[in-house]
Parts: sequence; structure tokens; C-alpha cells
Amino acid sequence: MVKFNAKNLNIWFGQIHALKGVNIEIEANEILSVIGPSNSGKTSFLRMLNRLNELHANFRMSGWLEFDREEIKRINVESLRKRVGMVFALPLPLPLSIFENVAYGVRMHGEKNRGKVAGIVEGALKQAYLWDEVKDRLGVSAFKLSGGQQQRLCIARTLAVAPEVILFDEPCSGLDPISTAKVEEAMLRLKKDYTIVLVTNNVKQAARVGDRTAFFLSGELVELDRTQKLFTAPADRRTDGYIRGEFG
Amino acid sequence: MRKLKEFFVERLILICGLASIFFVILIFLFLTKEGLAVFKSVRPLDFLLGRNWYPISEPAQLGILPLIFGSLLVTLGAAVISIPIGVACAVYIAEIAPLKIKEVLKAGIELLAAIPSVVLGFIGMVTLVPWVKTTFHLPTGLTALSGSIILAFMAMPTIVSIAEDALYSVPKSYKEGAFALGATHWQTIYRVLLPAASSGIVAAIMLGIGRVIGETMAVMMITGNAAVIPHSILVSVRTLTATIAAEMGEAVVGSEHYFALFAIGIVLFIISFIINVTADLFLHKRR
Repeated sequence: MVKFNAKNLNIWFGQIHALKGVNIEIEANEILSVIGPSNSGKTSFLRMLNRLNELHANFRMSGWLEFDREEIKRINVESLRKRVGMVFALPLPLPLSIFENVAYGVRMHGEKNRGKVAGIVEGALKQAYLWDEVKDRLGVSAFKLSGGQQQRLCIARTLAVAPEVILFDEPCSGLDPISTAKVEEAMLRLKKDYTIVLVTNNVKQAARVGDRTAFFLSGELVELDRTQKLFTAPADRRTDGYIRGEFG
Repeated sequence: MRKLKEFFVERLILICGLASIFFVILIFLFLTKEGLAVFKSVRPLDFLLGRNWYPISEPAQLGILPLIFGSLLVTLGAAVISIPIGVACAVYIAEIAPLKIKEVLKAGIELLAAIPSVVLGFIGMVTLVPWVKTTFHLPTGLTALSGSIILAFMAMPTIVSIAEDALYSVPKSYKEGAFALGATHWQTIYRVLLPAASSGIVAAIMLGIGRVIGETMAVMMITGNAAVIPHSILVSVRTLTATIAAEMGEAVVGSEHYFALFAIGIVLFIISFIINVTADLFLHKRR
């Protein structure tokens, strides 16, 4: 099943043409890795999928983008963002306890029953592989957690509002290798129930977790293929150059 | 030659810097010396809690409780009016207003700050005072309420500009994080931005109130200046500041009355000092 479908998608921020005629389909329950140097448009593409680009004052778009066969502009933006969750580059816990951080979105969307909230929080923390590390100190401030734990807390917070898709925007750029491995492990297990789009600066990470990989350069989608194929026999010379580290 | 020049410039700047501190200390010393003299004839508690302010009767009664209540009531009224409107205005400017309206509003707020207080008092006298009188069927419109309303206008620019600054400096990522969870604009403002900016907003409120408590001219013109403990907001009151301004000209230098006015100055100084320090604490907590 196709989750997202973009046809000739163009976007601008003021004078800057950030995405140029992108055509892409994102399948349900896959991990799509998106790689490319900075300013390649990969984050702008990701932020199209939950309409976060619209916070930018001079944003314009043309072309077609649909989510679950519905044009994305016609979907109520709050319910779209509830269905398409996002994890940011820097873990961003709120100045609240571990429990309250995860319960936050749940409560915001109107769940008042305490037992239900507690159940959802526990489930989300388990899915993010954080439960065993924090179950005895849920009341402690989220800032007491390590960077990797904070990032998994943010994943749990996203999972708690029951999305269908999770967008990861360079989720491991500030993490050490062990924490990174744990976040990657969580992503691989989440694939079963969610569609995942992972923007990453780390080419090896894309190779490790992506089912398919897309390579962006200067706002264009240069190549999209099965990860195995893209990393062993890229069709485009520019892709080859990038994954071999000739430019970055 | 260059070294000499350097030496003199450095000394000059040092002297300028010390001068400001020196003057503050001088003012403070003068204020305490003159003010504390009143306690030779009145006990401090009788001064602070005395209910009668008859400085020129024989013997003089120097109780400033009515004045303290007058100042507090007017300030409280102004706070109740200006805090919700000011904070809401700051939220509108920082978050909701389109760019053009934002510019106009900010210029307007600055203009409001530039109106001299005597002009505000004058406008209040000819428009607000008659309105209060007829609306509430009072014998006079010169009431604490009139003072509160005018002072609210004076506190508003401070509250709006500092609170807006605090809201604006909340990291953009907080806002995006909330939006990404599916929060509406209002939920984001109410649950993320306002709590994140709360220390700056509290500082804004404290500084706004600090301005209100120290304000003299406008309140003197429109609060009626009756030194009686007020039982409602619809009666005339007299504030600490107005008392000093109105009576200093006629107090005999060196008299009890004269010293008492200085002592009122000390009380005011302590109140604004506390308010400013509190605001400062909140501002530093933010950083």
C-alpha cells in the first residue's frame, strides 16, 4: 500500500527553490532512508510530509502530494500531524517528568482517563525500548536522562499519540555510537507497525536500517532504489560519488 | 604620548562609572538620614500602621497606612487591568499577528510609552473621571478606579514589549515539537510557549508594576487625594507618591512633616527595590 505519493512536487522558501520536481512513492511499513549533503532538500522534503514547512512565512508549493490517497492540503493539519509523527535531530524533552513528557500529547488530544493514559505511556515507552531503563523513576525530570535516552523518550512521546508514520529528522546526529545503535534497533522493530521515513547525514546508517534509500542533491531526487542496490550498484554517478565520500 | 592618552581615557571612563554609583549612594544616604529622623518623634510601627495622616495638626499625626493602602489599591487595580490585556497583546504580536499588523502594533505600543504621564493624567481628568462619575453614580469621579485605569495604560507598554521579547526568544524547536505532535496553534501557545516564557513574562509584569507604583503625576491628578483607608475601589485615595509631591512644597524644612515625607520616600524605595530585584531574579532564571 502506498502511504505517500508525490508527483512533480516543487517548493520554495522565498526565492530559494528547495525541492525541484520530486516524484516519490512511500510504501506502508517500509523504512525509507533519505540521504544527501546539507542543503540538498532532504529535510524540506521530510517536513512536507507533516506540513511543518508551512510555519515558514515565505513558503510556496506546487505539484501534488497525497497521504493515504487524500490530497495532503485537504487533510486537517492537526489530525495529519497526529497521524504523521516526527522525531527531531536534537532530543527535545519538555521540562516535565518522564511520565508527563510521554503523556503530554495524549492528554492534549483529549484523553482524560488516568488509567488509560498510564497504559498508553507504558506501551509507548516499551515500544521505544526505554521502559526497562526508566520504569522505576517515571516521576524524575526528563533532563536527568542521557542523550540517547532522551531521544528514545521523544520517540515514545511521538508513539503515544498513535501515529501511522514516523518521520525521523537526523535522530542520531547528536548521539554516541551505543545510543545510536539502540535508536536504530528501535526503528527496525517499529517497522512492523509503522511507516518510517529517516533523514540522515550518516550514509552507513541509511545502509543499515533502510529498506529503500533516496538520494537528494540540490533539491532534486537523484536516485531512489532498494538500499542494497543503491549502495552496491548506483545508477547515477553522483550517487556513487556521494556514498563513496567524494563530496558531502 | 599614546600611553599617556590611553591612561587618561581609562581614568576618565573609570570616574564616569564610579560617579553613577557614587550618586546613588549619596541619594540613598541623604534619603535615610532625612527619613530616619522622623522616628525620633514617631515610633516606626505607629508610622507604618497609623491610620491617620494629619501632618499639620497639633500634635501632628503621621500614620501612613492609608497612603500604603491607597498605593496598593491603585496598583492592584492597574495590575488586574493591564496584566491580562498586556500579556494577550504580547501573545498576539509575537505569535498571531501578520507582519504588517505586528509593525503597526509595536509602533503604537512605543508611542503609548512616549506619552508623558501628565498628559495621560490630563486626558483621564477630562474624559475618564466624568465617565466613572456618571457610570457608577458617584459624587466624584476622582477615584482609585480612575487611577487604576490610567496607570494600566502606563504599565502596558512595559509589559507588552518585555513579554513579547520573552515569547519571541523561546526556541523555535519547542514550537515545532508541539506542532509535530498535532497541537493546534492555541494549544502550542498555551501549553508550550507561555510556560517556556513564564519567567520573562513574570519579569515583564513586575517591571510594569514597578512603573505603576512609582508613578506620581497622573495619580495625583485623578485619584482625589483623600488620605483615608479605602473600603472600595470607587472612593478617592491618596498614594505614597502623590503625598510627597503634593506636600513637599509646603512642609517646613526640618519639621516632623518634612522628615515624614522623606520616610515615605524610604518606604517607596524599599517597595520598588523589592519589585526590581524580583524581576531581575526572574530575568536571570530565564538565561
